[in-house]
Amino acid sequence: MNRIDQLFAAKKERILNIYCTAGFPALEDTLPVMTALQAHGADMIELGMPFSDPLADGPVIQDSSTRALQNGMSIKKLFEQLKGFRKNIQVPVILMGYLNPVLQFGVEAFLQQCAETGVDGIILPDLPMAEYEQDYKPLFEKYGLHLIFLVTPETSDARIRQIDAVSNGFVYAVSSSSTTGKDKDMKGQQAYFERLKKLQLQHPVLIGFGIKDKATFDAACAYSNGAIIGTAFIKAVENSQALDKDIQQFIQTVLS
Amino acid sequence: MEIAVNTNGSKYHVNEKGYYGNFGGAYIPEMLYPNVEELRQNYMQIMADPAFQQQFTQLLKDYVGRPSPLYLAQRLSEKYKANIYLKREDLNHTGAHKVNNTIGQILLAQRLGKKRIIAETGAGQHGVATATVCALMGLECIVYMGSVDIERQAPNVARMKMLGATVVPATSGSRTLKDATNEAIRDWINNPVDTHYIIGSVVGPHPYPDMVARFQSVISEEIKLQLQEKTGTPYPNYVMACVGGGSNAAGTFFHFLDDEQVQLIPVEAAGKGVNSGFSAATSQLGKPGVIHASKTLLMQTEDGQIIEPHSISAGLDYPGVGPLHAHLFESGRARFMNATDDEALAAAFELTRLEGIIPALESSHALAKLKDLQLQPSDVVVVCLSGRGDKDMATYINHMELIAKS
Ligand SMILES: Cc1ncc(COP(=O)(O)O)c(C=O)c1O
Repeated sequence: MNRIDQLFAAKKERILNIYCTAGFPALEDTLPVMTALQAHGADMIELGMPFSDPLADGPVIQDSSTRALQNGMSIKKLFEQLKGFRKNIQVPVILMGYLNPVLQFGVEAFLQQCAETGVDGIILPDLPMAEYEQDYKPLFEKYGLHLIFLVTPETSDARIRQIDAVSNGFVYAVSSSSTTGKDKDMKGQQAYFERLKKLQLQHPVLIGFGIKDKATFDAACAYSNGAIIGTAFIKAVENSQALDKDIQQFIQTVLS
Repeated sequence: MEIAVNTNGSKYHVNEKGYYGNFGGAYIPEMLYPNVEELRQNYMQIMADPAFQQQFTQLLKDYVGRPSPLYLAQRLSEKYKANIYLKREDLNHTGAHKVNNTIGQILLAQRLGKKRIIAETGAGQHGVATATVCALMGLECIVYMGSVDIERQAPNVARMKMLGATVVPATSGSRTLKDATNEAIRDWINNPVDTHYIIGSVVGPHPYPDMVARFQSVISEEIKLQLQEKTGTPYPNYVMACVGGGSNAAGTFFHFLDDEQVQLIPVEAAGKGVNSGFSAATSQLGKPGVIHASKTLLMQTEDGQIIEPHSISAGLDYPGVGPLHAHLFESGRARFMNATDDEALAAAFELTRLEGIIPALESSHALAKLKDLQLQPSDVVVVCLSGRGDKDMATYINHMELIAKS
């Protein structure tokens, strides 16, 4: 069973998924960050594969991408870093990135490497559901990898159901219509969260975008199985001199 | 004049899935799905509506000044020993072909009930054309422009501001057209309900490449009629146009796509030379990939990171090309050429001195390749003069000063 499914089978509430760009703040920080995230209570890790033109991201994650690329990060380098990581890290790991670098790496080669190193799921925001179903679904299934889809406040109920049906693992509910890291008011999103809850989807739901602290994490968890934090975490580590300690403190505050 | 609607059965037009051969599609994040889907479902129907066509045609005639002349450039023809016609898009209101598309899209945005208009711009011509139609219709207008381009196209920035638009600098990446497009897309993600994004070229997710090509197709529709009148046949030997994203070229080629006896010559910007590391000649340097939600040719590293292009002309300084052009390249239907910064400058001065027409730097790239076509005296060549050179005076003045010094 895929580790993502194992996690949701064992834990239904307050799942904390943290996003960090791979090769950030320094090239070789990928594994130390992952190790600290697991040690201090993250249930799931989302690793960003940096891209030169991240369309769905706000300035903070854009800058982390630029810095990671300057550090020398690439998909090839990431798989080198991930070789053997399953000896120490048990939580589910998802790679998040944009389609073009994956196309250049080769979709099948990419999925094969994911499976070999022990990655569990992929998020590619610019791979639409129709293209996935038409071109790539059998490959994802062949390698036992979950492709996670996003839904937004503007997604119709019918399409949310379609996405739920095609999804594996969980549904990623974007909290507001925005790029990452925008401070849009979560209170205004209650109707949308209620709507999602009422739909009684087959898959668990994690809420992301704009989750940044205990208050927003708690608010998201009231409507879903948990939440995803990205921008706030990047800010917490971007100038860190003591990664482990800063990560511990960040997670403690969120989960307190 | 009418918007071309029926193109079923053509090898070169978009198919029902939004692809040109292997290129095109809509690789959008879910946040953009409702917007793009709304457009996709409505654009053909709106364009086919006689009332829409009437409004569009009327504005092109009375406001833009169409049809634009097809001018037989005598002295240029003598120089290149052939019959060279210039399609005078530079004489359009606002000074370039871009306005054909913005008139169409603003009418479409109104029909969709949108209140806020966003656009990207490189040379500022599309920004000006968008700000113009927004002033005309009383709609809010935000234009994203790379901070490098804000500097090199200052007159157009001033025009946009006078027209009431907000010009927002894009400060990421190469700070040019690609980055302005990124910012416009991010704006649209953040404003999904009331906003229409007027893309300025045949790029972006389906249906944009097709929609923009159809609005620009008036260029070749007129060329055919005008040539018929002037030469007794609608078919020239060559049609040439510069290619940034490819909208003036798409408009110039549109009604010739299936006339295989007509050679299509898209001209890309070679910058300091195709292999200099400072170029924007996408067909020569690019590989298939996804940029701005379209599968097409793009300049990229082995790792799939997008490479920052270079061209002296802001409107051609783009690392991708529209999916139609990628298909024309792959299928061999078009013969791609490219011109360096220096060749374009020389061509701009040549046209100015021979014909008394100061062209845009973009258009000068097309003119620069007349010398490489090996023309016969009976050949008829149509060059799309996509814009006028007012916006490029700073670059031209620099060039004159350099020459005066040397
Ligand atoms: C005068 C002129 N020609 C050509 C272009 C290039 O665009 P496209 O390739 O879409 O025609 C521009 C873009 O700004 C322009 O201003």
